[in-house]
Amino acid sequence: MTLDEIRATFIADLIAVAPDIDAESLRDNDHLQDDLGLDSMDFLNLVSALHKRLGLPIPEADYPRLATTAKAVAYLDQALAG
Amino acid sequence: MPSLGADMEEGKLVEWLVKPGDRVSKGDIVAVVETQKGAIEIEIFEASEIGALLAEPGQMLPVGAPLARLGAAGDKDIAAVPAGARVTAPTAPAPEPALKPPAEPVVPVAGAPAPAATKGGTVLASPAARASAAELGIALEAVTGSGPSGAILLSDIERHVPAPATSVAELAPEGRPKGKPGLDMTEMRRAIAAAMSRSKREIPHYYLSHDIDLQTAQDWLTATNAGRTPDQRLLMGAILIGAVVRALAKVPELNGRFEAELFAPSTAVHCGLAVAMRGGGLIAPAIPDAQGMDLDAIMQAMRDMIARTRTGRLRNSEITQGTITISSLGESGVDALFGVIYPPQVALVGFGTPRLRPMVREGRVELRLAVTATLAADHRVSDGRRGALFLAQMNRLLQEPESL
Repeated sequence: MTLDEIRATFIADLIAVAPDIDAESLRDNDHLQDDLGLDSMDFLNLVSALHKRLGLPIPEADYPRLATTAKAVAYLDQALAG
Repeated sequence: MPSLGADMEEGKLVEWLVKPGDRVSKGDIVAVVETQKGAIEIEIFEASEIGALLAEPGQMLPVGAPLARLGAAGDKDIAAVPAGARVTAPTAPAPEPALKPPAEPVVPVAGAPAPAATKGGTVLASPAARASAAELGIALEAVTGSGPSGAILLSDIERHVPAPATSVAELAPEGRPKGKPGLDMTEMRRAIAAAMSRSKREIPHYYLSHDIDLQTAQDWLTATNAGRTPDQRLLMGAILIGAVVRALAKVPELNGRFEAELFAPSTAVHCGLAVAMRGGGLIAPAIPDAQGMDLDAIMQAMRDMIARTRTGRLRNSEITQGTITISSLGESGVDALFGVIYPPQVALVGFGTPRLRPMVREGRVELRLAVTATLAADHRVSDGRRGALFLAQMNRLLQEPESL
């Protein structure tokens, strides 16, 4: 997957979890919890969706690496390559 | 039209999911109604056959108005029920259906406002409207009623009161607040205001608080989740719910409903969760029969309910039959939450945001994850000593998370 495809996948799953987020105004460095207001249940649902779609384990210890869209894209790219 | 909360006066029928002749079993979803809490799925209260649908989608109906006529399954005489006969709508807990005598033409529709109607010299008004008017010092005669026969409803009283300088909607950024589609934030704010005002008016609250060491539970949770795929993982929230539900077994007077000047304890724990809506407001649907659930079942029920609260539909039993409510600030809040009891319940358990704190353990100060748990309880039903026992029991249970 290219970085753009990973980014599109991540944003699609993010918006499925929180439908009120506007894809247009979403910035890569928005913090999912602090800026976008995701709670622990939303975040777990997002991780579950990414796991299902990409087949990655995404252990809890890696959660901080999914804190923003920019971080998550880099993390997922690395995890998919590994 | 069933009552979906103490302060609901009317609801809009959105759609029928059944048609005449359909056989339905208790708990089947037959219709969708739009309320201040969003679209709610209406469950049927007994096995029967749908006789006739009396209301049309799009109609606004007062609580108690007939939606449909039911008959016993296979009953050939359903259609023979006199025109205008009313079948009472279910209220929680679902009573036996009763036939009321023929009354005024069925399906009153809220139409153009009419001048305040009187009957025998008394202004027609709903009990909620009457109470609100008395409280605000408003003469009912001065209010225009929009209810059946021009009766004054709570919403008429509210319209009569000058709007505050800043409404909730105006506080939201970019004009119209965002949130669940189809949900009117101003209406939801009004529903919360009505329920919470009633609570503070009627329920003598007392409050207790206790700091609980969560480190053991956190360590257990981390170890448990390490071996699980994301969709099977637990959240701390599920462990806290499990502890509340188990601790209630020791102090049952915190679990139940106070109605008609009488407390009815409940053996079942229908555990309400205050779910914050993205964009503002909150709804507190209940996980039914949580007393029999292990942590995995609680987690699954919580996940399903939060998803449906925010983006889908809740069922009427979920929003009307709670026996206690839990409110939790989650991960990015402050230390403690002192809640307002959701009537007719008699207790609310609050959790602040867990954070690392110095805690004394075996005579030494250690940095441990801790949470402040609070209890707001109804002094008509329980006393501080019993409430304290509940929080202490919860603490004990949280030190042995594997037993939950």
